[in-house]
Amino acid sequence: MTELIDLVLLGMLAITALRIIFLKDLFAVVMLFGIYSFLSALIFVNLDAVDVAFTEASVGAGISTVLMLGTLALTGRKEKTNNHTTFLPLLVVVITGAALIYGTLDMPPFGDPDNPAQQHVAPRYIQDSPQEIGLPNMVTSVLASYRGFDTLGETAVVFAAAIGVLSLLGLPKHEKAAIESGLKSHLVLRVVAKLIVPLTLLFALYVQFHGDYGPGGGFQAGVIAAAAIILYALVFGLPMATHVIQPTLLKALAAIGVLIYAGTGFASFFLGGNFLDYNVLASDPVAGQHIGIILIELGVGVTVFAAMLSIFYAFAGQAERANIQ
Amino acid sequence: MILESISTILLILGAFFSLTGAIGLFRFPDFFTRVHAASVTDSIATILIIFGLILRTDFDLVTVKLLLILVFLLFTSPTASHALAKSARHGGLLTLPEIRATKKEDCSS
Repeated sequence: MTELIDLVLLGMLAITALRIIFLKDLFAVVMLFGIYSFLSALIFVNLDAVDVAFTEASVGAGISTVLMLGTLALTGRKEKTNNHTTFLPLLVVVITGAALIYGTLDMPPFGDPDNPAQQHVAPRYIQDSPQEIGLPNMVTSVLASYRGFDTLGETAVVFAAAIGVLSLLGLPKHEKAAIESGLKSHLVLRVVAKLIVPLTLLFALYVQFHGDYGPGGGFQAGVIAAAAIILYALVFGLPMATHVIQPTLLKALAAIGVLIYAGTGFASFFLGGNFLDYNVLASDPVAGQHIGIILIELGVGVTVFAAMLSIFYAFAGQAERANIQ
Repeated sequence: MILESISTILLILGAFFSLTGAIGLFRFPDFFTRVHAASVTDSIATILIIFGLILRTDFDLVTVKLLLILVFLLFTSPTASHALAKSARHGGLLTLPEIRATKKEDCSS
């Protein structure tokens, strides 16, 4: 039964991808990208990878769709006609595809318990993490503790992406006398948005601090909180949103998140452990692990929130400037 | 046992309404009728499917979470359809009778 569901979902994924290639209307392409992400999220759920599915749904379908729409507002929604010959690119794609398919021939069988991936470090995580870290959600133990270095790198990547976008586009200026914009005529939308925004922020906090016990964590929580503010900005206008959360604050927050993460690493360093070895943070190693994981998840959440929101501010600020001119 | 069969009926009904909504989305002639088909069936299908799922829980925290999801969807999905239709109207899209009326005026004048 699960295999049948997998096959149907993969088929729909392939159809969506083909449609994306051949469509010229970029607005529809962005919408199809969202559908593509939701389909992948469903496949991840079917594979019991709920944390990944959660991330895919919130990042892939949620935030990136909004960011791509923000880009379309700047660039226009029609794809330019391509005058290049298509033979050489096709050849490259066919050769690469053939090489990849040839590569899969040596892959171990799908879902086999004797696969190298299941034999290498996974058994240790599964057997020892309840004693060593004691979190019910093993994914968080691996992500935040065993693989803390990798997650630090990922957080730094998000931070670097925000810096890149901001140095290219710049944040909108915080203006005292803001121009009224937003969807003034949409009364229903405004009322419902007022209801939804605080609930979404509450849900983000739940995801942030419940990540130790269920699916969730800093990445998803940061994105959900950013989505709440983006909804506010879309309905009530960018100037209102920059009044609530100022661009300068976002710049600081993006750096503070990475600092919290790296600072936790240095704290364990100075208390006599290795970098990001949380055992020394409290007298009891397991309690130390819990403190360390909560701290670094907080760092991840703050950075992701600030990075996503400042990228949105940068795009929306450009679009607003283009509208005024 | 009874709960399970009621839940099965609710789930099948929900799936049926989703399907009719999808068919309507494809077959209806213009934008407004399509949004109508999608949004109305969406609401009833959400209610049916979530209640079908609630009957299969042990009436604990999962039930509460499902109810919260239901409330959230009942707020957002009609709002989204409303915003969609209103923006289309605002952008100058006409309904089918209006298009016919303007065509007749063009012919008679």
